[in-house]
Amino acid sequence: MNRNIVISTDKLTKRFGDFVATNEITFDVYEGEIFGFLGANGAGKTTAMRMLCGLSTPSSGKATIAGFDVYKETEKIKANIGYMSQKFSLYEDLTVQENIRFFGGIYGLSDQKIKSKSNELIQQLGMEKERGKLVGSLPLGWKQKLAFSVAIFHEPKIVFLDEPTGGVDPVTRRQFWDLIYDASDRGITIFVTTHYMDEAEYCNRVSMMVDGYIKALDTPTKLKQQFSAETMDEVFFELARGAKRKAD
Amino acid sequence: MRQFFAFVIKEFYHVFRDPKSMLMLFGMPIMLILLFGFALSNEIKNSKIVICDFAQDPASQRIIDKIEASKNFEIKKFLYDPRQIEQAFKEGNVKLVVVIPNHFNDDLLHLHKAQIQVIADASDPNTANTLTNYITNIVMDYQKEITPFNDLPQQINTEIRMIYNPELKGTTNFVPGVMALVLLLVCVLMTSVSIVKEKEKGTMEVLLVSPMHPLMVVISKAVPYLFLSIVNLSVILLLSVFLLKMPINGSIGLLFFESSLLILTALSLGLLISNSAQSQQQAMLISLMGMLIPVLLFTGFMFPLENMPLPLQIIANVVPSKWYYIIVKSIMIKGLGLSAIWKETLILLGMTVFLLTVSINKFKIRLG
Amino acid sequence: MADVVLNHISKTYNKGEVKAVTDVSFEVEKGELFGLIGPDGAGKTSIFRVLTTLLLPDAGSASVNGLDVVKDWKAIRKRVGYMPGKFSLYQDLTVEENLNFFATVFNTSVAENYDLIKDIYVQIEPFKTRRAGKLSGGMKQKLALCCALIHRPTVLFLDEPTTGVDTVSRKEFWEMLKRLKEQGITILVSTPYMDEATLCERIALIQDGKILSIDTPAQVVAQFPKNLYAIKSERMSQLLRDIRHLDYIDSCNSFGEYHHITFRDDDDYEIQKKLIADLNHQNHEYIEFKATPATIEDCFIKLLDQHE
Repeated sequence: MNRNIVISTDKLTKRFGDFVATNEITFDVYEGEIFGFLGANGAGKTTAMRMLCGLSTPSSGKATIAGFDVYKETEKIKANIGYMSQKFSLYEDLTVQENIRFFGGIYGLSDQKIKSKSNELIQQLGMEKERGKLVGSLPLGWKQKLAFSVAIFHEPKIVFLDEPTGGVDPVTRRQFWDLIYDASDRGITIFVTTHYMDEAEYCNRVSMMVDGYIKALDTPTKLKQQFSAETMDEVFFELARGAKRKAD
Repeated sequence: MRQFFAFVIKEFYHVFRDPKSMLMLFGMPIMLILLFGFALSNEIKNSKIVICDFAQDPASQRIIDKIEASKNFEIKKFLYDPRQIEQAFKEGNVKLVVVIPNHFNDDLLHLHKAQIQVIADASDPNTANTLTNYITNIVMDYQKEITPFNDLPQQINTEIRMIYNPELKGTTNFVPGVMALVLLLVCVLMTSVSIVKEKEKGTMEVLLVSPMHPLMVVISKAVPYLFLSIVNLSVILLLSVFLLKMPINGSIGLLFFESSLLILTALSLGLLISNSAQSQQQAMLISLMGMLIPVLLFTGFMFPLENMPLPLQIIANVVPSKWYYIIVKSIMIKGLGLSAIWKETLILLGMTVFLLTVSINKFKIRLG
Repeated sequence: MADVVLNHISKTYNKGEVKAVTDVSFEVEKGELFGLIGPDGAGKTSIFRVLTTLLLPDAGSASVNGLDVVKDWKAIRKRVGYMPGKFSLYQDLTVEENLNFFATVFNTSVAENYDLIKDIYVQIEPFKTRRAGKLSGGMKQKLALCCALIHRPTVLFLDEPTTGVDTVSRKEFWEMLKRLKEQGITILVSTPYMDEATLCERIALIQDGKILSIDTPAQVVAQFPKNLYAIKSERMSQLLRDIRHLDYIDSCNSFGEYHHITFRDDDDYEIQKKLIADLNHQNHEYIEFKATPATIEDCFIKLLDQHE
């Protein structure tokens, strides 16, 4: 694993009036890492992610994403990352093929590249027969897998995944993580949040946000040692239990 | 009964706690009234005209004076060469030329007949029509002036009286129309959106799985909007009377009764729309599109219905605002009572009952 | 007679194109805490909507408290409690206002059945004047539960009540359900989280509109057809690939820290040794290998596999 740093934050903070959603978080993420970004709802996770994606301006602190400054170069950040969430992934009323073509165009890929890559992608996902089907008609698991592939279509440096496997069946969930591993092997850094604690184990390192702070950051193994826990679920429980803030 | 009140109170909470819908509910009507009352007007003022006075006698001067005094016209210049007329039009801005021929006064005195030529720029035919009408009125006015009582019968004495609205104010036309527009638009929009919002948020599901008849849910939504629309109506009337100087010559009670009918119609329409709309956005769109265009076209306040081809006039008969418009004008401007408008009232009532029945029947007690 | 009965229920959408529920039958006894476990799109919500009389089934029959869902819908709607997904509370009404409203809707008052919701309500009482839209997920959950209980229903239908809620609130929620059960209320819960299955008395595993298995969690697990082993090494994703290539391995799935594997035929000591040797050959070091009890998730995956 490369030790290049692709995400670096220094006391990154976001305030909404008196309320400090994200409080001076400081951490680094390495190239090719699968980085788990965990925390209860209301802990400040989503706010932090939005800042890192260039979608929200921090109140104070510094951050560099893929080498670009989070205040001044948000457009360059957006061009160099991929993003996928449960709420938005693809256009339901376009076909599989059309979605790929559309996003390929958005990411600035040439027509030729789009053609060859989309064939590759469809084959890899085994969706040959679904090429011309509307995405809305696909089962959830397939949608999510397709969405992920589209999010990394342009081989970004980092891909941000916001609870990508919510509600998906156990088999598809694992297939999804196969795709994540593949991407990681190719050098794409994965920044993922999830509510499934077993998925926390698949990450190289995991951070936990509580009440706006990062309360823990380490490999799953070390975290379990630190909290004398058998599973990441227990670690999470230990940390989240003391949370004062349960606001959404 | 207790439950019904609980629902109604809840609906009031929803309305008052949502600043956007408050804005729509109260802001829009006020804005429309002010817009139509002050800003827009199909009166034409200060049109630039040119006078070619070849007579240059007391009679022609008198007519020119009257034209000058009129707020509809602004005399741009005086020409003395007929060849310059076309040039004046081409230079633009001039909408109309009045040509008073030689011997105008003499002709009047001795022949009891005279002519005035009016040349209007008909590239905008509506404006041309209106302007020539204004001139004609001024000339008629003058004619009245100079015609003594005991004159020869061959004098054509066209008497034009503009009753109810002698100043030909645009507002009397518009205000009843805007009332119809506002009541229909706002009620349909707010009701349909409110019901669909419950569906979207999932609270409708919970309400359905309860001892309450689902219809109760819907009717309870209508009540606050009925009440608020009456408040709206009052505001509109106040604005119209005090700001725009509209008269209310007839019974206010009757006015409110008829307005309630229209409101009920609107609420039923809102209910109907909410049955098929899947999202708030859809409900809003259908309400706006479905209401705005028919009301604007077929009520009769923007475009006179009599000028429309017959098929369109027939279509206008199914638009509730058309009947309401007639009713309101009768009450407010003519000061008539129920005896004069019972037919229109009956039609409006019939529409209301019909729509209520249909919308209630179509209301789904289940999902999907 | 069982409190909730489904008999060969089927439901399709889009003129038969989407088969949401296919031939589902099961029963829930009075006072039971029953879990409907399956991912999104499995048909859980459709089943709940049929039972709460919001949808008409295309085929089959169902009853709640002995009342038919099609004919006796009015009676059913008076006596069940329903908490659909997304909590469906009035966002711009306060906690108090929401609760009072739902109580009135059900012809009762908060005071009348307060004992039932007291344990839950005291946790959100400090926020009673706060608008529901401003509550956290966990608090919304509690409020929605109170609103569903306020009329002392005989049967409670909770459709994915723990989705989107943090793990601590989730655990608290199930504690509350256990206490409610003691009051004699029949509770049906649906959830996509397999680990919550063990908290139910009986469960039905469902996928693609079909039931995979119905039994107590313990029995479901006991029916796992093979011995299950857990294995891990320094390079987990490579390990996964390598193990799957071995022809004597039946299945290998990642399960967090370990992979769960089953052997195709025998799983005696000999073949276990072979496994470690083969993996060592592939440069896997620090291999940890042990037997492990099956979880509901293992069973679900196995059942899915068998169904295909």
